[in-house]
Amino acid sequence: MSVLDSKIPTGPIAEKWTNHKNHMNLVAPNNRPKIDVIVVGTGLAGASAAASLGEMGYNVKAFCFQDSPRRAHSIAAQGGINAAKNYQNDGDSVYRLFYDTIKGGDYRAREANVHRLAEVSGNIIDQCVAQGVPFAREYGGLLDNRSFGGTQVQRTFYAAGQTGQQLLLGAYSALSRQIGLGRVKMYHRHEMMDLVKIDGKARGIIARNLVTGEIEKHAAHAVVIASGGYGNVYFLSTNAMGSNVSAAWKVHKRGAMFANPCFVQIHPTCVPVHGTNQSKLTLMSESLRNSGRIWVPKKKEDAAAIRAGQLKPTQIAEDDRDYFLERRYPAFGNLVPRDVASRAAKERCDAGHGIEANDTNEGVYLDFATEILSKGRQSAYALGDHNPTEEKMQELGKKWIEEKYGNLFQMYQKITDENPYETPMKIYPAVHYTMGGVWVDYNLQSTIPGCFVTGEANFSDHGANRLGASALMQGLADGYFVLPYTISDYLSNEIRTGKISTESPEFDEAAESVKASIEKILSNNGTHTVDHFHKRLGLIMWNKVGMGRNEKGLKEAIEEIGLLREEFHNNVYVPGTAEELNQELEKALRVADLIELGQLMAVDALQRKESCGGHFRDEYQDAEGETLRDDENFKFVAAWEYQGSDSTKSTLHKEDLKYEFIKIAARNYK
Amino acid sequence: MAAKSINITLKIWRQKNANTKGALETYSLNEVSTDSSFLEMLDQLNEQLINDRKEPVAFDHDCREGICGMCSLYINGRAHGPETGTTTCQLHMRMFSDGDTIYVEPWRSRAFPIVKDLVVDRSAFDRIQQAGGFVSVNTSGNTMDANSLPIPKDDADKAFEAAACIGCGACVASCKNGSAMLFVGAKVSQYALLPQGKVEARDRVLNMVRQMDEEGFGNCTNTGACEIECPKGISLENIARMNREFLKAGLSSEK
Repeated sequence: MSVLDSKIPTGPIAEKWTNHKNHMNLVAPNNRPKIDVIVVGTGLAGASAAASLGEMGYNVKAFCFQDSPRRAHSIAAQGGINAAKNYQNDGDSVYRLFYDTIKGGDYRAREANVHRLAEVSGNIIDQCVAQGVPFAREYGGLLDNRSFGGTQVQRTFYAAGQTGQQLLLGAYSALSRQIGLGRVKMYHRHEMMDLVKIDGKARGIIARNLVTGEIEKHAAHAVVIASGGYGNVYFLSTNAMGSNVSAAWKVHKRGAMFANPCFVQIHPTCVPVHGTNQSKLTLMSESLRNSGRIWVPKKKEDAAAIRAGQLKPTQIAEDDRDYFLERRYPAFGNLVPRDVASRAAKERCDAGHGIEANDTNEGVYLDFATEILSKGRQSAYALGDHNPTEEKMQELGKKWIEEKYGNLFQMYQKITDENPYETPMKIYPAVHYTMGGVWVDYNLQSTIPGCFVTGEANFSDHGANRLGASALMQGLADGYFVLPYTISDYLSNEIRTGKISTESPEFDEAAESVKASIEKILSNNGTHTVDHFHKRLGLIMWNKVGMGRNEKGLKEAIEEIGLLREEFHNNVYVPGTAEELNQELEKALRVADLIELGQLMAVDALQRKESCGGHFRDEYQDAEGETLRDDENFKFVAAWEYQGSDSTKSTLHKEDLKYEFIKIAARNYK
Repeated sequence: MAAKSINITLKIWRQKNANTKGALETYSLNEVSTDSSFLEMLDQLNEQLINDRKEPVAFDHDCREGICGMCSLYINGRAHGPETGTTTCQLHMRMFSDGDTIYVEPWRSRAFPIVKDLVVDRSAFDRIQQAGGFVSVNTSGNTMDANSLPIPKDDADKAFEAAACIGCGACVASCKNGSAMLFVGAKVSQYALLPQGKVEARDRVLNMVRQMDEEGFGNCTNTGACEIECPKGISLENIARMNREFLKAGLSSEK
């Protein structure tokens, strides 16, 4: 048998989770206070897990690198959270959410995990409402829904454009309650530096107090990693500046497999790059594609004139515009899934039609003019004016847009200093979410016993492409409704273990090696800053392991990243000392891990000789430029085993994916 | 509008740690793109300082899209700088002119001790939240169906507006009394407006206000600076609502 045992329960798909729960071992309430659990990360997945485990009576220690658990980047999610409630009576069901997620993921996710996610989705909404999360409501007082890409029903619950914020603050409030009751001890401004294994089991972590620099040993009977995704390997992404892979990578280095690292979601609608000092990219919600039309000039000379500032987009005649999504995908138009929309924009810009005056000319228009006129006419009719003037329609149309998208338009104007009511928005795809992550079995346990991984940090639910509004669902499902059961099953064998001591050679070894790596990087006295290397890594990743990948580019990337890794370790300069708040040191330690991960992503992308979801290999496309999957040879999860900092040495293990309940088919959005 | 470059002078508060004295230091920074955000300008300064073998300026930041609440900074005497309704991370350098001198200081409040340079310790906010900023409901798969509790849209919208607080602390930093009542009022209001929050309303407001006082925050004297400087436009009404809740709790309290 493969080293990868997914532990998927037997039986019909709809009964697997229920049966599994009914047969798992429990830990009696009087035994729980004898058991310690560490949770790393306080986003939706971590805060919900820490709160739930605290409520159950375990001793929980929670860690976050920010100044407060409320800052975790789940807070920035805009659009919403999916749940199969069928409140709109439009034919939704657990099965349909399950099916949409598997299809959206281009048939590279595990059926049983996704079905469980759909099953508990309704409970999430119930739980959040009970906590006082202020979801959007209709005038009758009931919850409102909207629709998102890749679905034909309205199942997305939301709180204006701040759904992530409201859900995270809900989980944070539950966590705060447990901290106040003394059941969770919170370590903010702390970063996990290593996992400690004793007799093969996860038994604790080494953490660095980011204010004092102290290296601390924390023991526990189980460790939960909920540290988010690794989009910052591209330097520029919609992730927060501090988002990093280090906690997940340390676990990987200690023996946990890392699955499908090349599966990255590149979101089509973000504000384009403006210059070399830019630090991050900002998302413009997917909901804008309901009203905006995406286009570039048909003629390259028009595009060049726009970039040179000689032409304005509003001066381009209708016939000279190429609404390329409507042209290529008439059935879905501007509402194709994220991976498809992103690739189409790149294709146009690569062909010389990009409109942004930046280094790469990468940018396309998202134009609201058509919608403004049509909604303006509608509003005028509603007011009894059946022959409105152009000005009237403009005025009323802009008002309609403002009500619907006002905050996004304002955010756009702040960043770009352009008024999107008058001129089309400029947008371009940007790295947003990572579907890959630490390999976990059905119980969310990694290949290290006692080390569980939840939320974006694991790989399990989204296959090769995540649908909009599903990340929030997965984070909370894992933390509230899955992990509390599965971790208890594991911990039922720990009730006789007694307190884990940090006085052991394993803890000493881990702490010493952390101190040594910090000492090494501080005494390096190189010539370049951390950001210098991070930006170079990002450029390699974006150009060669980004939206379009090919064998030649990936091989180059693997080599270039290998050289970059050596140069980084020989030539990075980090000022200051280890015994103080040292933000450059924090960055350096994170970038060291991102470099190793970046190389593994390229290695993974090279072995996956097919195109699926967000992973597009130029060599594997059909006559119309669409992804060409190879189910015969690549219907598996690629799980990599660490073999040293040179990721080309990593060994590949395969978990075959079985589709027993959904018929595998080609995705078609034409 | 096309980006241009400006040259600026920065006066930045430098302080090694909580136990040492700090001072304003002067730095020149050239060729700052007006398209850069304020924090990108500080990144640029730090690159320059590191390349000159000097210690970079420590400042808090994370999401850089105005929602996590981690960034702070007192810029030219105003919390989050000259633009209203904007966090520092969303403030852009086009708000400044070539040749400007810009003063950058940390939040100033007794309850927010300085950690280093521009970084302060806002964990007092967390402790106030832990004292009562929640509904006591455990995780379970069996809470009642979300739609079995209809809530008037108006109440839900008002609760949402209060809940939009990002916990950055600009209200405290702007207040001459160092009061946290806008922050606490927003949290108390969110729950006071919703039926889920009614059961524990009395204990919540008493506990949160007690903790707020213990942390050393001042009292509200209705100046309204907090509302003006709040990047999320949290209304003063929330303070009034908290005061009503507090009075009500005091009248019925047996504790």
